[in-house]
Amino acid sequence: MQLFVNGTTREVDAPADMPLLWVLRDLLGITGVKFGCGVAQCGACTVHLDGTPTRSCVLPVSAVGKRKVLTIEGLSPDGSHPVQRAWTDVDVVQCGYCQSGQILAAAALLERNADPTDGDIDAALSGNICRCGTYPRIREAVHAAARLRKGAR
Amino acid sequence: MTVSRRSFLAGSGAAAAGLVLSFYIAPRNAISAATKPVEKPQVKPPAGAQPAPPPPPPNAFLRIAPDDTVTVVLAHSEMGQGIWTGLAMVIAEELSCDWSKVKTEHAPAASVYGHPARFGMQMTGGSSTTRTEFDRYRTVGAMARDMLLRAAAEKWKVPPASCTAKDGAVTSGKKRLTYGQLATAAMALPPPEKVTLKAPAEWTLIGKPMKRLDTPEKITGRAKFGMDVQMPGLMTALVLRPPAFGATFASVDDSAALKVPGVTKVVRTSRGVAVVGAHFWAAKLGRDALNATWNAPPGGGVDTRAQLADFRAKAKTNGAVAGEVGDVDAALGASKTRLVAEYDVPYLAHAPMEPLNCTVRIDGDRCEIWTGTQMQTVDQAAAAKILGIPTANVTINTMFLGGGFGRRASPNSDYVGEAVEVAKAAGVPVKVVWTREDDVRGGQYRPAYVHRVEVGVNGEGAPVAWKHVVVGQSIMATTPFASRIKNGIDPSSVEGLFESPYLESVPARRVMLHSPESAVTVLWWRSVGNTHTAFAMESMIDELAHTAKQDPLAYRLRLLQGKPRFVAALTLAAEKAGWGKPIAEGHALGLAVHESFGTIVAEVADVSVERGKPRVHKVTCVVDCGTVVNPLAVEAQVQGSIAYGLSAALHGAITLTGGKVDQSNFHDYRVLRMNEMPRVDVFLQKSDAKMGGIGEPATAPIAPAVANALFSLTKQRLRSLPFQLA
Repeated sequence: MQLFVNGTTREVDAPADMPLLWVLRDLLGITGVKFGCGVAQCGACTVHLDGTPTRSCVLPVSAVGKRKVLTIEGLSPDGSHPVQRAWTDVDVVQCGYCQSGQILAAAALLERNADPTDGDIDAALSGNICRCGTYPRIREAVHAAARLRKGAR
Repeated sequence: MTVSRRSFLAGSGAAAAGLVLSFYIAPRNAISAATKPVEKPQVKPPAGAQPAPPPPPPNAFLRIAPDDTVTVVLAHSEMGQGIWTGLAMVIAEELSCDWSKVKTEHAPAASVYGHPARFGMQMTGGSSTTRTEFDRYRTVGAMARDMLLRAAAEKWKVPPASCTAKDGAVTSGKKRLTYGQLATAAMALPPPEKVTLKAPAEWTLIGKPMKRLDTPEKITGRAKFGMDVQMPGLMTALVLRPPAFGATFASVDDSAALKVPGVTKVVRTSRGVAVVGAHFWAAKLGRDALNATWNAPPGGGVDTRAQLADFRAKAKTNGAVAGEVGDVDAALGASKTRLVAEYDVPYLAHAPMEPLNCTVRIDGDRCEIWTGTQMQTVDQAAAAKILGIPTANVTINTMFLGGGFGRRASPNSDYVGEAVEVAKAAGVPVKVVWTREDDVRGGQYRPAYVHRVEVGVNGEGAPVAWKHVVVGQSIMATTPFASRIKNGIDPSSVEGLFESPYLESVPARRVMLHSPESAVTVLWWRSVGNTHTAFAMESMIDELAHTAKQDPLAYRLRLLQGKPRFVAALTLAAEKAGWGKPIAEGHALGLAVHESFGTIVAEVADVSVERGKPRVHKVTCVVDCGTVVNPLAVEAQVQGSIAYGLSAALHGAITLTGGKVDQSNFHDYRVLRMNEMPRVDVFLQKSDAKMGGIGEPATAPIAPAVANALFSLTKQRLRSLPFQLA
């Protein structure tokens, strides 16, 4: 079957019920998307499907269809997306394992809400667990990214 | 000291092409057999330091390439705590290099990277990296700088004193050569006999807020965790382990598993059965299809409700004495008032975001391992033993750790040893992956504990007799470190009690310990014994203050007279939190202060109750950890420790029925989420104290701070974790 991933068409031979997460990681070698729980509880496996943040660990690859899949590798070629720049400026990451999912969740939030409140951020990102406790800096970085996006316009 | 051309090439590798300041001197029993033993250079320890262990050869920790890149070799594991950046700052401070050219890499497993204060074991834990490596890494930087300076002086035929090494270049008058240009010549020089380290006033990096060096790879998906290891021919395996603690393997029918497309093999491990497949999904479906039977645990298996009752009964009896002053029983009998309280905490899983995994490739009598580990040389030795090969034949590649918190410091090498078994039995390179369910149910928990505290108070409400009994499994007992248990006392079960600053002025005091055995495996969990001792101590102190009808802050400050660091931390935290000032309707403050890993942390929690549940709005935290290397990292560690401790205080519990764990994943083993994260204000207490640790110490005070706030608010004294309001 064909998948549209990070702007390119990829041919994969996968069982229909194989979750998109494992197709991306184990068949296509795209490892920025992470396995954390396997039951859509932690958000580490977040990808965008036509711009909507989606848990790839419970999505059978056969259900993806023609939708565009975006992983952290496709968010920007060089870490220059406003959310990534804000993450750098605020020094968010610790172990880093959940951060691909956090960044993709934040990027999707800012697409639909250019100036989120703390409450909006909490609501959008509470599905993404971070055990290192980077939450305060994530909040700060989402606000910083919102400012960067406005400045870029 | 002589360094042969041969050893230089052996250490610097093919990519270096002979141009890198990298005369890696492998120790006698390390991986590379090509090197000769060399004399260790003598370096004068910095003023005020303890008698130093033999200094390291500078080369093992530092490389300078012709393009001026400075590579810092990290003898410890980066698991989020920021040493990837922090130890690079420490070397760069003395090297005076260009910070933009600095990068870090994980060291291989080798005795030269042995922990300066952990018997030479290469490990990361106990909030020890920065404080125990501060002198060694500074010395390395200073030695290399001295060699670069002398190399330039020789080249220019000028006295070294006329040269200056700064910002990655040596200058003398108008002459200038970069470190990269000097690296090869510097390599040929003997290391200095002694170096003088900079005085703190001369520091330009240490103490400055520096951003992490690992951010670019961690925000783009390029960072490689153990889970991300890929190579041609690599298979994935999932292991079916006993369903209950104490259960053992009986039989397996693997015919259905072997029919799953992509499954290639089913092999036995010492504990269970591994299914090997082309990818995770095949191995998982294969494991689901196994039909295994198990021998039931003897005695029906652990039941945590029965265990709690048993622990409570034991807590009423005398145990091994951890510390004793005066006659506590007589003093209790003579006390005006006596208070008795019992506190209990459950088993806890670490649940790092990256589930455990380990990749193993065996090639004849050699073995290569890729994993995130906090104990490289322990894992190396375990793998060698399983395979019957020399330790030096096992290469450990430390990947980024997707969280550690103690779970990846496995003294019995549980997940690494198991992966080696699977690779050996399967005869192919294999990555063993744990699911989250495997992790939550896999043991190695923070032990469950009960504390029974009996305190006699005088007419002023001050404690005059303190009898404290702790009941809980010993972490050390089932590890190679069991010899550290003396007279029945595992120090990690009682740390923070007898040495509590509150107890010093109590004339009669005794701390005792029962260490019952259990089939449930236990391990150190971020801040270890302090997770429960701080909860018991700071809750009890608060109970005493309220019983004496005294302000909890004033009560503590009276007991802490003569402890200026505690007084300063607590006073500043209270002031910054607005203690004693009007507070929002429905809110209350609670405080706690605790020392662990050489660092004092005071926390004030601002708490309310929403829909019957505690809600923590803000935590004001004062830290006295002595010298601060990177304040940005310290703040991050404090915020993270509070999140970790708050997870446990609000949600964390592993319970067992018939030896089986009742929880399985994040829906029933809940952890803190963004919407529950308080604002955390961190203040660094200016301090001349000896450097303490920072990865763990802020974890322990949060539970009692919140419990104490909840008491102020609701008059309910919550003595069990996680909190449950009536």
